Amino acid sequence: MNINITLVTQMIAFVLFVWFCMRFVWPPITKALEQRTAKIAEGLAAAERGQQEQELGRQRALDLMRKAKTDAAEIVAQAQRRYNEVLDEARRDAQAEAERIRHAAQSEIEQETNRAREELRERMAGLAVAAAEKILQKEVDASAHKALLDSFAKQL
Amino acid sequence: MSAESLHAEVLTPQAYIQHHLTNLTLGLHPEHGLAFAHNAEEAAAMGFWALHVDTMLWSIGLGYLFIWFFRRVAENATAGVPGPAQNFAEWIIDFVNENVRGSFSAKNDMVAPLALTIFAWVFLMNLMDLVPVDLIPWVFGQVMSIFGADPHHVHMRAVPTTDPNVTFGMALVVFAAVIYYSFKCKGTLGFAKELTMQPFGKFGLPANLLLEGISLLSKPLSLSLRLFGNMYAGEMIFILIALMYGHSALLDVSGMTLQLAWAIFHILIITLQAFIFMVLTIVYLDMAHQEHH
Repeated sequence: MNINITLVTQMIAFVLFVWFCMRFVWPPITKALEQRTAKIAEGLAAAERGQQEQELGRQRALDLMRKAKTDAAEIVAQAQRRYNEVLDEARRDAQAEAERIRHAAQSEIEQETNRAREELRERMAGLAVAAAEKILQKEVDASAHKALLDSFAKQL
Repeated sequence: MSAESLHAEVLTPQAYIQHHLTNLTLGLHPEHGLAFAHNAEEAAAMGFWALHVDTMLWSIGLGYLFIWFFRRVAENATAGVPGPAQNFAEWIIDFVNENVRGSFSAKNDMVAPLALTIFAWVFLMNLMDLVPVDLIPWVFGQVMSIFGADPHHVHMRAVPTTDPNVTFGMALVVFAAVIYYSFKCKGTLGFAKELTMQPFGKFGLPANLLLEGISLLSKPLSLSLRLFGNMYAGEMIFILIALMYGHSALLDVSGMTLQLAWAIFHILIITLQAFIFMVLTIVYLDMAHQEHH
């Protein structure tokens, strides 16, 4: 209950405790608190940003998909067109080729015919000469003559 | 309960109370020289140059406990996920910080650590009041009797805040800080003006000085006496309740009930007193930092 020198020692102890607290205790802990506050704020901002970016990405993906679809449709249409073109061209080519072959065959047939006719004429002339030769050699005998003519005609 | 019954049977109630209210005083006795006081009269006879060893041990021990715990947290403080100890320390620091921010408008890095020290230290010292009143003195008496001392003349007060030296010591340091920052922030002239030129203007100078002087001096006085009075009265009631033990079963039971009730109520008081000491310190320092009044 007495006030004595304890008062002074208590004051000194108190001052020392406050000094120590101010120097070594308070700053590190409040610094950690502030850093955590900053970290949390940063994290929240990042989350917000991430959400926005995700939304943007989704939008972009949708756009890309739509574009890909229209592109694909266009490519298919183009291919269809090209197919038709190619088909038409092939058909035209084939017709022309067929025509050409037909023409070639026809002219060949004509040539063959002409040649056969020529050969026939030559052979007929030969036969006529031979027949005339025989007629001249045997004299004219009606029956013999007739048989000759028949065989001549048969050879035609 | 053996401690209580031992004392109650051997001692008269007055001697028991007296024994509990005497500090372990080390000092120069006019007749016995440098020694521990055996009773209150001897302690009083030692005058100013005596030391309350129990007060010193408990207060500095508890202050060291506070500093040790918070320093350990500060060393391992992380901005990431805090552990349980850091969580607890941060909870207290947040609480103190909020009070400082709410009441203290100037900028001073000393105020918040000061407030934390006051709150934690006063709370820990007050907390000793919840230890059964006879436990620590009895254990100490038994230990000292091993060394040949008479337990009835060995004193031990475990609640430092029931010693006015502690509360006045803290209040005087706060008062010194108030005076220092008054001079520093207001200037000598400004501080003198504040003490003399209001509330009645320059023609009421003596009345102003008287009023302001009283209001200034009442700060440390009220600060220390409030804490001391509350804790002293609280301890006194615990001692009186302890006197009930050892007479009859009925008194024992009612004593236990009363002690439990008072201890639970006291949890509120010790926290509140630590809080009030802290808040008033912040407010006084804030007033010292205000340049205009």
